Amino acid sequence: MTDHTSLNDKTKHRGLLGFFARMSRDRPKKPGEIYGVPGQGNTLVLSLVTVATLLFIWWLITALGLVKPLFVPSPQAIVLKFVSIWSNGFTNTPLWAHTLISAGRVFGAFALACAIGVPLGLAMGMVPAVRGIFDPLIEFYRPIPPLAYLPLMIIWFGIGETTKVLLIFLSVFAPVALGARAGVRSAAIEQIHAAYSFGGTRWQVLKSVILPAALPEILTAMRVGIGFGWTTLVAAEMVAATKGIGYMVLAASQFLQTSTVIMGIFVIAAIAYLFDMLMRFIERKVVPWKGKM
Amino acid sequence: MALEILDVCVAFPSGDDRPPVAALQRINLNLEEGEFVVVLGASGCGKSTLLNLIAGFLAPTSGHIELDGAEIHGPGADRSVVFQKHALLPWLNVRDNVAFGLKLQGWSKQERYAAADKIIALLGLQGFENSPVYELSGGMQQRVGISRALACDPKILLMDEPLGALDALTREKAQELILNIWNDTRKTIFFITHSVEEALFMGTQLVVMSPRPGRITNRFDLPFSRRVLAGQSAREVKASADFISLREEVLSIIFADEEAA
Repeated sequence: MTDHTSLNDKTKHRGLLGFFARMSRDRPKKPGEIYGVPGQGNTLVLSLVTVATLLFIWWLITALGLVKPLFVPSPQAIVLKFVSIWSNGFTNTPLWAHTLISAGRVFGAFALACAIGVPLGLAMGMVPAVRGIFDPLIEFYRPIPPLAYLPLMIIWFGIGETTKVLLIFLSVFAPVALGARAGVRSAAIEQIHAAYSFGGTRWQVLKSVILPAALPEILTAMRVGIGFGWTTLVAAEMVAATKGIGYMVLAASQFLQTSTVIMGIFVIAAIAYLFDMLMRFIERKVVPWKGKM
Repeated sequence: MALEILDVCVAFPSGDDRPPVAALQRINLNLEEGEFVVVLGASGCGKSTLLNLIAGFLAPTSGHIELDGAEIHGPGADRSVVFQKHALLPWLNVRDNVAFGLKLQGWSKQERYAAADKIIALLGLQGFENSPVYELSGGMQQRVGISRALACDPKILLMDEPLGALDALTREKAQELILNIWNDTRKTIFFITHSVEEALFMGTQLVVMSPRPGRITNRFDLPFSRRVLAGQSAREVKASADFISLREEVLSIIFADEEAA
């Protein structure tokens, strides 16, 4: 009899108690699924619902007039602003030009940072002398916010394009160089020993074992680095800029054109997101073996 | 004459002002050409250290290692190593992995692919030339590892527990495969294993090592692999009376070491 009651107890607590019971220990999985994999499950629907809900709340607040458009313009206003600036421009410069100039600064600085940071990071990982020289320098400036050394850069390099690109360059450079440096350690010692035992030279081992093995980590570091680049863009365009998305956002904020500010943020987010998708695509093409051996 | 190890000692430094740890003590060993030498011993007996010495990854504290009369200074293509795992290059397909050593030695693409394809056929990997190595089973990956070392046509093949990561059934098949390849190519093989049965079954010479300090305690000449190659079945050989009695003898040596520890 006691068995029956306990069974009934269990089936009764389907609701909240059942939820807590499942939180503490999951039920057996269906065939094809694996028990206990951390964080497994599809999240796409939940993400879409979250975005849709936020948009709805945003629209609702503005439609009901709960907040002044100065503080939170409506979603439609953002779209209209985008269309109007797209056709009429902002401060006599079309939106695509602002976007192109900013993208040029960020991607230019990014390319430069990769071209210098990856080889230097690899050299730091391979040669103790190089690491000894550059490690304190990079570790010194890396945690400093770009805004803190921006004035110094202006004093040294003026208010032209150099300062802007250099500021973004510095913020991308550190994560890329450190990622490449850490990537040197990715090759298994067995892979390296095998190459030497087949008669490989140090240069050959670097080129055909250590470098390919480091590639996944380098690509990840580049993804992290470009993120820092976009973060620094607005700071870089605070100085004597007349074009660029960052400039547009800053200037619009001074005229209290909140819809332009938000629109600019979305443009930056969209470009950054698209580029990240591109990087992930490249990752799948270039290092399909990542994490598999 | 092939490889000669003369009075080799290896002492690893230990911190805290303690005396250095003797990993290998006065090792003397000859690998004659075409021999299949198996090294067996409890963990910590220094068998991997010995392999690293021969491969040239480690310099002896004292003593000499000579290959055909020339002292070994560092790794070289005359001594290819087969590892237990993690040694294949996942960014290369099977053919490029097998041809990898030849590429390092400056062979042209055409030459090295021709050489690789011969060995791929020898190891029964045909049809997988263009497969990524990470999609292969453990047994097939190990065959790629062996092919790759063979492709370099070394004087000595150094095998560091090459079958240790395989399941029992795959392992027995791989043992016969390696024996047949040894028979076909007549390479000198230096083979490390934990498994007494594997050691007896495969080698022509058995070297038993003991830990603390790492040293050679026993040597046996083994007839079993020749019997297999002469046509007797592997299971028959492993079930024969002299195989079993030698297995027990070697096991008792190794267990005595374990108890002494």
